[in-house]
Amino acid sequence: MREFIDPILVLVLLLNFVALGASRLRTLIQAVAFQGMLLGILIILAHGSFMLWVLLMAGATVALKGVMIPRMLFHAIREVVIRREVEPIVGFVASLFLGAVGTALALLFAKTLPIAHEPVSSLVVPASLSTVLTGFLVLTTRSKAITQVVGYLILENGVFIFGLLLMEAIPFMVELGVLLDLFVAIFVMGIIIHKISREFSSVSTSMLSELKE
Amino acid sequence: MAFLLFIVPLVMAGLALVTPSNRWRPWLIPAGGVAHLVLTGLALSGGPVSALQGWLVLDPLGKLVLGLISVLFVVCSYYAPAYLALRAERPNRFFCACLLAMLGMMTLVTLSHHLGLMWVAIEATTLATAPLLFFNHSPRSLEATWKYLLIGSVGIALALLGTFFLAYSSIREGLAPTLLLDDLVRIAPQLSGPWLHAAFVLLLVGYGTKMGLAPMHTWKPDAYGEAPGLVGALLAGGATSCAFLAILRFYQICQAAPEAAFAREILVFMGLFSMAVAAVFMIRQRDFKRMLAYSSVEHMGILVLGIGLGGLATFGALLHLITNGVTKGVLFLSAGNIHRAYDSKLTDDVRGAIRRLPVSGVLFLAGFLVVTGSPPGGPFISEFTILTGAVSGGHYAVAALYLALLAIVFIGMGTTVLRVVQGVPSAQAAATSYRDRPQLVIPILVFMGLSLLLGLYIPKPLNTMLHDAAAYLEVTP
Repeated sequence: MREFIDPILVLVLLLNFVALGASRLRTLIQAVAFQGMLLGILIILAHGSFMLWVLLMAGATVALKGVMIPRMLFHAIREVVIRREVEPIVGFVASLFLGAVGTALALLFAKTLPIAHEPVSSLVVPASLSTVLTGFLVLTTRSKAITQVVGYLILENGVFIFGLLLMEAIPFMVELGVLLDLFVAIFVMGIIIHKISREFSSVSTSMLSELKE
Repeated sequence: MAFLLFIVPLVMAGLALVTPSNRWRPWLIPAGGVAHLVLTGLALSGGPVSALQGWLVLDPLGKLVLGLISVLFVVCSYYAPAYLALRAERPNRFFCACLLAMLGMMTLVTLSHHLGLMWVAIEATTLATAPLLFFNHSPRSLEATWKYLLIGSVGIALALLGTFFLAYSSIREGLAPTLLLDDLVRIAPQLSGPWLHAAFVLLLVGYGTKMGLAPMHTWKPDAYGEAPGLVGALLAGGATSCAFLAILRFYQICQAAPEAAFAREILVFMGLFSMAVAAVFMIRQRDFKRMLAYSSVEHMGILVLGIGLGGLATFGALLHLITNGVTKGVLFLSAGNIHRAYDSKLTDDVRGAIRRLPVSGVLFLAGFLVVTGSPPGGPFISEFTILTGAVSGGHYAVAALYLALLAIVFIGMGTTVLRVVQGVPSAQAAATSYRDRPQLVIPILVFMGLSLLLGLYIPKPLNTMLHDAAAYLEVTP
């Protein structure tokens, strides 16, 4: 089944660009949700078997990253957002360009690191690093609190992709703990977004600028 | 035993959630603190503590941090009910529960010998503290909580990537993959060098964010500025110590692999850089709680600097972990009292704290003197040990820079502290009903006493623990 891994990783990379170019919040969240579902499929493909814990792990990933967290985000924009645009600090074309540069750098950097003799796929390391960089980009160049959460999610997805190389090393309980922490983090962030919108009647973090030197 | 240590606080947190009375609920905090202190005492004095096939082990380093957290929490917990009584208008259900959950998760960090589990516990500590920062429900505390949560989570995500890199460095060499600390230290010499380097950098950035090392410290002034003094003390003495412990774990692996020189250079640089950034921002600081945050950045810098220098400085850094922790208790709690009395934390409004609050004001001043390394406080001994370590190791430039930065911090912090404590309070400042009362000043006196005690005499059991921990850290296979 490993021949399917590369195409899916390419899809994940393309979704990074969709996220960078998205002008509507809805598209952005959908891109991340789709990416989360692909991660679940990747877990099964990387392990190459249908053992119970693999299926559970994949199921939990799809349920959390693909369904529940995106639903929470959609709920949040229905509840609080007045304007549904992304409001970038850096323009879309520039973001896409930076994303491309980041992906190229990730490919170059991955070349300098020695890969195991029987890798799951040689694309895993660059895809992971490039997704982490995309997450950073979304996090730093979009001003809404909710887009910052999405940026954090993309970053987490990147870390998760690297985890595909370590299916045997990371025990099931720890993986579940990581997912649970992520879920609670997003949940708490959701509550805070709600409070921000009530307090400032906007969810732009540019309002959050009172604390500084 | 290992389970009891972190489950008891979590059970108490659960109890706090279901206790209906806003007035009696805060007393669960000291109850949990005392229970934890008793268990910690048993664990420290008894035989080896371990569980789950080496996942949970109480080693000498963990003992040191666990002891610090337990003492810090129990003294702060005595302060909590009186503080919450002052803020009776605020519901404290989540505050009490999160405070106890934070204790449980910090304990789990000190016990974890599985690096994945340790990551989960540290992230859980972050999540448990977020509601504590939001206790005041003001727009400013909202901003502080958001920054803390987002910057903390991103930092921790990078630490997870670093943990994965570390695991991969063993797979790359065809070894059985593992994230157990003891196994990793044993196979450290065979680990793949480039991956280990990349892992260490990511972990230092990730857990360094949690610890508040510059330049990842940006959440700290906001969080410490807006959090209640009690939470500030636990964050600056407890949560940051846990992140420091995480960095020590990875340093231990680098030390066992012949990569110590690489790790040490980075640690020395990060340490000096943090001290320098703190020194710059402390000059002309008008907000005395933010000033304490920069003081925390400075002391985290001193800790990693000491580890980076190695040898005698390692012992100094471990001692500094303890002395800094208890002294931060003095500063944050007394600053919290002053904040309550004046209803402001800006030096423009706060004047004459010694006249307005004879006990808290004097303790704030004394805390400043002790934390900046004036004898006979505990930090004087630990900072001096680090200096001796630097000189005896031949790092003369580092030693000179270290002394210069300590002097700048002393002057910068002194200006702000003297403005707060000297002079005559304005009539407006006397308007609040706050008065020093025993329950709000005894914990500060206890912290001050501990800090002075450590400066004059290190008790034998603590001395043994410190030597064991230093030897454990420097161990090579």
